[in-house]
Amino acid sequence: MKCLAWWLLAAAASVGAQPDTRRSGLDFMTPALQTLQRDDTQNPAALWLKDGEQRFSTACSACHTAPGLRGVAARYPAFDAVAGKPVTLSQRINLCRSRHAKAPPYATESSELLGLETYVANLSRGQPITPPADARLLPFLALGRQLYGQRIGQLDFSCAQCHNQHASGRLAGSTIPQAHPTGYPIYRLEWQGMGSLQRRLRNCMTGVRAEPYAFNADEFTALELYLMQRAAGMAVETPAVRP
Amino acid sequence: MALSLINAPARVARGHVFEIRASLAHAMESGQRADSEGRLLARDIIRRVECRYAGELIFAADLFPAIAANPYLAFHTVAVASGPITVRWQGEHGFEHSASVTLEVT
Repeated sequence: MKCLAWWLLAAAASVGAQPDTRRSGLDFMTPALQTLQRDDTQNPAALWLKDGEQRFSTACSACHTAPGLRGVAARYPAFDAVAGKPVTLSQRINLCRSRHAKAPPYATESSELLGLETYVANLSRGQPITPPADARLLPFLALGRQLYGQRIGQLDFSCAQCHNQHASGRLAGSTIPQAHPTGYPIYRLEWQGMGSLQRRLRNCMTGVRAEPYAFNADEFTALELYLMQRAAGMAVETPAVRP
Repeated sequence: MALSLINAPARVARGHVFEIRASLAHAMESGQRADSEGRLLARDIIRRVECRYAGELIFAADLFPAIAANPYLAFHTVAVASGPITVRWQGEHGFEHSASVTLEVT
């Protein structure tokens, strides 16, 4: 209960009179790259989006409609009572497949799963990130916050050291963004393809020479939960393009 | 996933110039990269893109290994007649993909 009160206080403080200094990674990109993201006829993620749309209309439309899923991605990760822990949007899609559609789950980071996740997240584009006020999430949120501040790897860096203290600075030729997960799954030019937030977090972890968690590890869900809380109120941009 | 996109206006006035944007989901594997075991990945690229409209070849391009994955091409043409705009992608190992959109000329 004390934890809940503290969390509510922190949430209230973040919407105080102070101007919001949070910026999406989009703001740190060149005008050409910003256009690549904003223009739907140029955005390379449109290929996955179309694939997801077609997949949705055949695999999901028996239960779901597109308007019915508007805003849903802005509320993930969310607590799943059966699993007893929070699940990410991609995990929810696969749970939905195994529990209701009686279909085999898509492989992690497969183009099928990324396409569907991109389509569902795109339905919330422009909507503010709204983490659920669910007390069951608090211990996981606390874990995410702790992991964000924990030094890891041979370089002994925490997420916070780069993305809070040195945000807007440079790491070699690249600008260090504030690490707000506003546009996942993203089309990353370095990958020449789509990837999830977990793939991006793994990149950061290997960057500081730490051993990354396995895909779908609970630590990643906790980190995502904290990052979404940290980005609460910022608009969903999916599908984002990043360098 | 042979999936492509063609973005062109649905309606254009006769004689007007309009833009066609085409992209294809393709790895464009250059033949220069190695997998996690250090083995060279075989080259697998798109070699030729052709766009036909109103019975004519209006645009063609030869692609090479240095072109990034998911190639995107944008070009202009003049609206002369209603009908399909067809983009055909041909690549190595017999890859062939073709898609079209219909243009209405007013």
